[in-house]
Amino acid sequence: MDTFIAQCLSGLATGGIYASLALALVMIHQATRLVNFAQGELAMFSTYIAWSLIQAGLPYWAAFFATLAVSFAAGIVIERVVLRPVQGASPLAMVVVFIGLLVILNSVAGWIYSYTVRPFPSPFPSEPLLGQHYISSHDLGAIGVTLAMLLAIYAFFRFTPLGLAMRAAAQNPESARLAGIRVGWMRALGWGLACAIGAVAGMMVAPIVFLDPNMMAGVLLYAFAAALLGGIDNPFGAVFGGFFVGVLENLLGAYVIGQELKLTVALVVIVAVLVVKPAGLFGRAMVRRV
Amino acid sequence: MKHGKLLAIASLVAVLGAAPGAFAQKKYDTGASDTEIKIGQTMPYSGPASAYGTIGRIEAAYFKMINEQGGINGRKLNLISLDDGYSPPKTVEATRRLVEQEQVLFDFQPLGTAPNSAIHKYMNAKKVPQLFVATGATKWGDPKHFPWTMGWQPSYQTEGKIYAKDILASHPNAKIAVLYQNDDYGKDLLKGLKEGLGAKASMIVKEASFEVTDPSIDSQILSLKDSGADVFVNIATPKFAALAIRKVYDSGWRPVHYLNNVALSIGSVLKPAGLEKSKGLITVAYLKDATDPEWANDPAMNEYKAFLKKWYPEGNVADSSNVYGYSAAMTLVQVLKQCGDNLTRENIMKQAASLKHLQLPLARPGIEVNTAPDDFFPFEALQLARFDGERWVAYGKVIE
Repeated sequence: MDTFIAQCLSGLATGGIYASLALALVMIHQATRLVNFAQGELAMFSTYIAWSLIQAGLPYWAAFFATLAVSFAAGIVIERVVLRPVQGASPLAMVVVFIGLLVILNSVAGWIYSYTVRPFPSPFPSEPLLGQHYISSHDLGAIGVTLAMLLAIYAFFRFTPLGLAMRAAAQNPESARLAGIRVGWMRALGWGLACAIGAVAGMMVAPIVFLDPNMMAGVLLYAFAAALLGGIDNPFGAVFGGFFVGVLENLLGAYVIGQELKLTVALVVIVAVLVVKPAGLFGRAMVRRV
Repeated sequence: MKHGKLLAIASLVAVLGAAPGAFAQKKYDTGASDTEIKIGQTMPYSGPASAYGTIGRIEAAYFKMINEQGGINGRKLNLISLDDGYSPPKTVEATRRLVEQEQVLFDFQPLGTAPNSAIHKYMNAKKVPQLFVATGATKWGDPKHFPWTMGWQPSYQTEGKIYAKDILASHPNAKIAVLYQNDDYGKDLLKGLKEGLGAKASMIVKEASFEVTDPSIDSQILSLKDSGADVFVNIATPKFAALAIRKVYDSGWRPVHYLNNVALSIGSVLKPAGLEKSKGLITVAYLKDATDPEWANDPAMNEYKAFLKKWYPEGNVADSSNVYGYSAAMTLVQVLKQCGDNLTRENIMKQAASLKHLQLPLARPGIEVNTAPDDFFPFEALQLARFDGERWVAYGKVIE
């Protein structure tokens, strides 16, 4: 029983990792209707920026917010410079651009910062809360941050005019443009926000998995599974999907199928969702009038 | 008459004595000449194993230094190191290019078990040395079937057997839990451990594996802890080893913890995991760790650090791969020195297989490189060491 609880809680902790990156995927999907394969590497790179700032002597929270600002700006620049020119190209071309970004960011990070694994500081206490040893304070804190981000994103899209404009620009660019929305800038803004969310995810994940250029490679796959499971246009769904996949793979790995097949769980989830309910559990099916 | 005989003997002696200089013909195979020795290599400069790319870089830097100092017997070393991204098909392509177009004399330290497996037969069919491959798989030491291939580091099976020996000696009634990376390397080491335990292999009460793509291995550790084991063997590459050390400690489990050699770096494994959490770890070592205060005043280590500063300033001192590449390059230089002016592929293998009591400056004291025509395992001895919270403290004798 003790182990069962520990497995569930550790699943929630890893699930929180998947959920935070899944949120960034949802964000960019909301803004551009595209799935960004480079999202994990962008988050990793932001984390390295935070690490450099902390190494330079900045206090944690100063570095944290500076990194958010830098990542936001970098996201906008990437959209303007790299994606703008291929705007409207076929989805396949976009995928190639994203994969190119992924490889470039990964190699550049390795080149600048080397591939050595580094510890990354956590803003939360190092002792577990309440004397239990199931889940560390950082894991709990990271889950809290993910939930806070979720609420912020939900509120942004639901209650702010900017969020509404962004959704409109993504869903129906032509009508949005006629209604006076600057569609191009909405996309760029979406990129900026997704990069900032990714930066938070990276800074929450790095103390758990350590900082190295490949730290997001495994996470991204699970984040896809999470986002697809919940519905890639629904932030709540994505976060739920993250926790669900985290706990599911732990329990199946420990008690049913064995640890070798854990990764397979994520892939099965992706395929199953795409086959059975492509919009995800909580997503709305897109109907387009032709 | 008597006088003439004496003269004849004297001249014979003179001729024989001078023989190496006067008569030894310079013998070359493709890739060697009076001025140059062409060396090929494949390295993962990109891709999932790119962390090891530094091995190729430091070797190139070392050869550059040798060349500046006049080369080996007057010949410059020309290392052509190609990126294979740790992908076997690319290794095959790059190796064929090295052998057939670049016409290298031999292939030095191609890295990775899978990449080397992919060119194993090709190199032996072409009779081009595949020398000191950078992987610990046991299959590289098979001179009978693959006389053109030789490993360098201690084999993973040797390492596993040493853990088994130590467990049997100091914890004969232990219950063992094993975490291993689910690939050739992890399985090879596990095999050595089981073979070492022999009839007592049932002491292993639980095994759990992980994939290098797993973001977390907490679940595996919890399962292993649940088995009630009191000895834990941690067979993982640096990042996962650090994750395991931390989770074992955080979950309140306090087994006797054996950490495999590839993850013994204090700077890049134990520090990230937490030095306090790493206390009491046991490993086997054959090279010195540059971040270990034990060697802070070691002349060989200082020379190495000076080398890094001058020839490879972008290299990370905390990265144990650099000590590895530096030492492997030194081994090769020794082999080429022994070859003299006979730079045929056959002689290279012959000299590589006749290294005797070679004490590399960055190998731990008492651990020597020894090879023979029927022994293609340069390193076979290892030293047990325990981590005291600050450094690895050697204990017991060097074990073969």
